[in-house]
Amino acid sequence: MSFAYVTSKLLEGFGLTCLIFAITLVFALPLGLLVAFCSMGKHRAVRYASKAFVWIIRSTPLMLQVIIVFYGPGLIWGTGSYLPRLTAVIVAFIINYAAYFSEIYRGGIESISKGQYEAGQVLGMTKRQIFFRITLLQVVKRIIPPMSNEIITLVKDTSLARIIAVKELIMMAQEFISANALIWPLFYSGVFYMVFCGGLTLFFGAIEKKLDYFSA
Amino acid sequence: MAILRVENIRKCFGKIEVLRGIGFSLGRGEVLSIIGSSGSGKTTLLRCLNFLETPDAGRILVNDRLLFDAAGLVEERDADVHRKRLHFGLVFQNFNLFPQYTALRNVTLAKELLAHGQADFRKDKTRILREIREEAVSLLDQVGLSDKADAYPHQLSGGQQQRVAIARALALHPDILCFDEPTSALDPEISGEVLLVIKGLASRHFTMVIVTHEMGFAREVSDRVLFLDDGLIAEEGGAEEIFGDPKSERLRSFLHSVIT
Repeated sequence: MSFAYVTSKLLEGFGLTCLIFAITLVFALPLGLLVAFCSMGKHRAVRYASKAFVWIIRSTPLMLQVIIVFYGPGLIWGTGSYLPRLTAVIVAFIINYAAYFSEIYRGGIESISKGQYEAGQVLGMTKRQIFFRITLLQVVKRIIPPMSNEIITLVKDTSLARIIAVKELIMMAQEFISANALIWPLFYSGVFYMVFCGGLTLFFGAIEKKLDYFSA
Repeated sequence: MAILRVENIRKCFGKIEVLRGIGFSLGRGEVLSIIGSSGSGKTTLLRCLNFLETPDAGRILVNDRLLFDAAGLVEERDADVHRKRLHFGLVFQNFNLFPQYTALRNVTLAKELLAHGQADFRKDKTRILREIREEAVSLLDQVGLSDKADAYPHQLSGGQQQRVAIARALALHPDILCFDEPTSALDPEISGEVLLVIKGLASRHFTMVIVTHEMGFAREVSDRVLFLDDGLIAEEGGAEEIFGDPKSERLRSFLHSVIT
């Protein structure tokens, strides 16, 4: 079993890992913001609904959520037909990460001092202008550290997809155990995660540095 | 002619009545200081003038135009409230500069945003923005910070930040400029530079309402003084009357406690 062959198979799995990662981010980042606004909104029902959503999602394992999204609909409607495996994984991930992101957004938005809003108000700015021109960048600066933490966690959480047999990186590596009695490809798979997370760390570090010019 | 008339302002927070019927008027170019112990309602009154709090009762008129009437309170369009706010400027105790913008941009931002809404903005964009900028530069010069235009708030001392905040408030040409304890967050030795700027404005006959604990300053700069006690005006008069010849026992004991 050549190193090159193992690498090429692992890269295949890594591609799927990256796909789950990217699609989850693209949808969960804006969805999380929406949930955050709902949980801070005026309407009591909406506020409670979004808080309940966050509570349910954060208090159950992501692995279980993946299983429920995959098997649940087929069982409930008794059709026996399931979502495509990859779709189920991505849907579960988007829902799960939106809940976590919403709490990070909420914390960031609520940490901005009331004085910033009031200063904008007495200068005749509209709510919209205050959000986009004054608070947004301050919120971004404050949420970069928790966000980078959460996003780096997402990289490794993608390995939970194997619970419904989606052939991401870990599953690819594991197959060498059963098929070829080889354990080292599994160890080797760790390098892929490390390189990916290393890149993300550098990326977020660069953003933090870029926002270093002011203190909020 | 009175530039500002405030009539019977009342404000409750829950069950606590913070303002229990405040009325006064202010002439153009006059400086009014509001003094009183903490909890007497000074800051709340100032916040009512700036529409940061909505009074439960009373009226506010500027230049004989009704700006606020609790009795006829209707859902106003957002834009109207923003227009009305512009009659007043407010300098906060904690400056509240925008941290991500330079001193100069702090001064120009609000005015630029207002200019965006004007009909001729597209046509004359460069000229309008240049004028706003030039005025901001001159305002920073007036508060003694022409060399700090490109500094960010965290690079400035408290006194410098407060002076930027004053320039920022002046940029919108408010009819009445309000100060909420402008030196309370500053070291005593730094307070002086801010007070000097405010005195300069007084000598140029800006109309100002100043909530302050600096009695010497209030005596020097004010045309008139209101002494608030428990949500009511307990005594009012010229600066020399209030500080030199206080009538009520309450004011005498207040002055005694803050001055010694």
